[in-house]
Amino acid sequence: MEQIPLFHLQFLTVSELTRYLRQLIESDELLQEVWVEGEVSNLSRPASGHIYFTLKDQGASLRCVIWRSTAQRLRLLPQDGALVQAHGSIGVYEAGGQYQLYADLIQSAGEGALFQEFLRLKALLEAEGLFAPERKRAIPPWPRQIGIVTSPTGAALQDMLNTLRRRFPLAEVVLAPAPVQGDEAPAAIVAALQALNRTIHPDVILVARGGGSLEDLWAFNDERVARAIAASQAPVITGIGHETDFTLADFAADLRAPTPTAAAELAAPNREDLRLALAEQSGALTRSVRSLLETFRFRLEGAQSQLQRYSPLGYIRSERQRLDDLGRYAGRSILHRLSLQRALLSGVHMRLNVLSPQSALQRGFAIVTRHPQGDLVRSAAQVAPGTELQIRVAEGSFGAKVIDQFSE
Amino acid sequence: MSANPPIEEMNYEQAYAELESIVASLETSQRPLEEAMALFERGQALAARCATLLDKAELKIRQLSGEDLQGLGEEEESEE
Repeated sequence: MEQIPLFHLQFLTVSELTRYLRQLIESDELLQEVWVEGEVSNLSRPASGHIYFTLKDQGASLRCVIWRSTAQRLRLLPQDGALVQAHGSIGVYEAGGQYQLYADLIQSAGEGALFQEFLRLKALLEAEGLFAPERKRAIPPWPRQIGIVTSPTGAALQDMLNTLRRRFPLAEVVLAPAPVQGDEAPAAIVAALQALNRTIHPDVILVARGGGSLEDLWAFNDERVARAIAASQAPVITGIGHETDFTLADFAADLRAPTPTAAAELAAPNREDLRLALAEQSGALTRSVRSLLETFRFRLEGAQSQLQRYSPLGYIRSERQRLDDLGRYAGRSILHRLSLQRALLSGVHMRLNVLSPQSALQRGFAIVTRHPQGDLVRSAAQVAPGTELQIRVAEGSFGAKVIDQFSE
Repeated sequence: MSANPPIEEMNYEQAYAELESIVASLETSQRPLEEAMALFERGQALAARCATLLDKAELKIRQLSGEDLQGLGEEEESEE
């Protein structure tokens, strides 16, 4: 809408002005997200189900509306005379010419005080480093003993036990019972935590409680409880209230789960996951041995072919060939030598013939030997008259007798 | 490995951890065949032990006694 000039002859209708104011107010961010504290009065709830009331203090009053749909999900509804804090947005009801608070959350001023105390304690413990991320310990993947601090009669305990039964029945659960609301709750929760750490030394401790009002959960905003959780030897998982509830116990815990069931889920592995992991390991075991056997087989085949390459059979085969070659060569060489020898032999033979006594006998010489001694007679002194001789000539031989002897 | 109890007395964590280490060792290191086969058989027994534990386990539940819960107060008194 355009800015309306202050001095203008044209008049606005009431509707136009009201609509302008409405837009002005509803475009203001602060007014759309506001907390107001005051006393409830003029409360009315007509058949429509919407709730109308006025918030006031000494100096002013504010019309408030809670739509029926919003009222249905509110934990606390306004009551006449109560001091409350209301959250919502400021809007303009054009027909009534009124601005009013469309409230979507109501809390008692007492709750507000609790919340202030919560913020103060949180800041204090935070400054001490109680909530520091580096303090957080890992949750052991396979707890053998799981400590539980909760009410023995609450639904939270059954939720956790059912979850653990389903997911990880290998564990042993040790319950340290403690009331989880009321004045005695903080001290009892602290005692239960300490008792678990002292007597059992569980692998992990669950501190849990089902949903409730801010006051119901207040024990878990107790400073003693927060400190006991931070001091626990065993890592602590909290599961307190609902998704949206954050307590000091949650901040001090090593792990915060939105609900008791979720805390139990975080405390233990899922049996089905374990089965899968186990199957994976079994498969890997078989594969590794199969591949090992492959390796051995491969190596064996390699060795066999090596063996064949260096086998004496091959050596023998090649030696035999060499032997064959040598044999052939040797044969040739022997024949050669034989013919050579033969030639030499015939030469010698011829020379022998020349030197043979036979050829001398042919030329008319005779060989004279004494009879019967048979020795050659080379000198006349060897014989005397009457010595019997054997005379060999070229053709035949004959006997003779020495008649005379002439020595020189 | 030898320090472990017999397989049938092992808890899940022990059996599974040894199974894992056997698998890892078979996958990475070269061993004599006989040794590898012995490891394989042990691995199979461990896997069977794990499966049995998973199938037969029933959640054990007990509750600390009032005495246990009171214990600390008494201790503190006696110490101080």
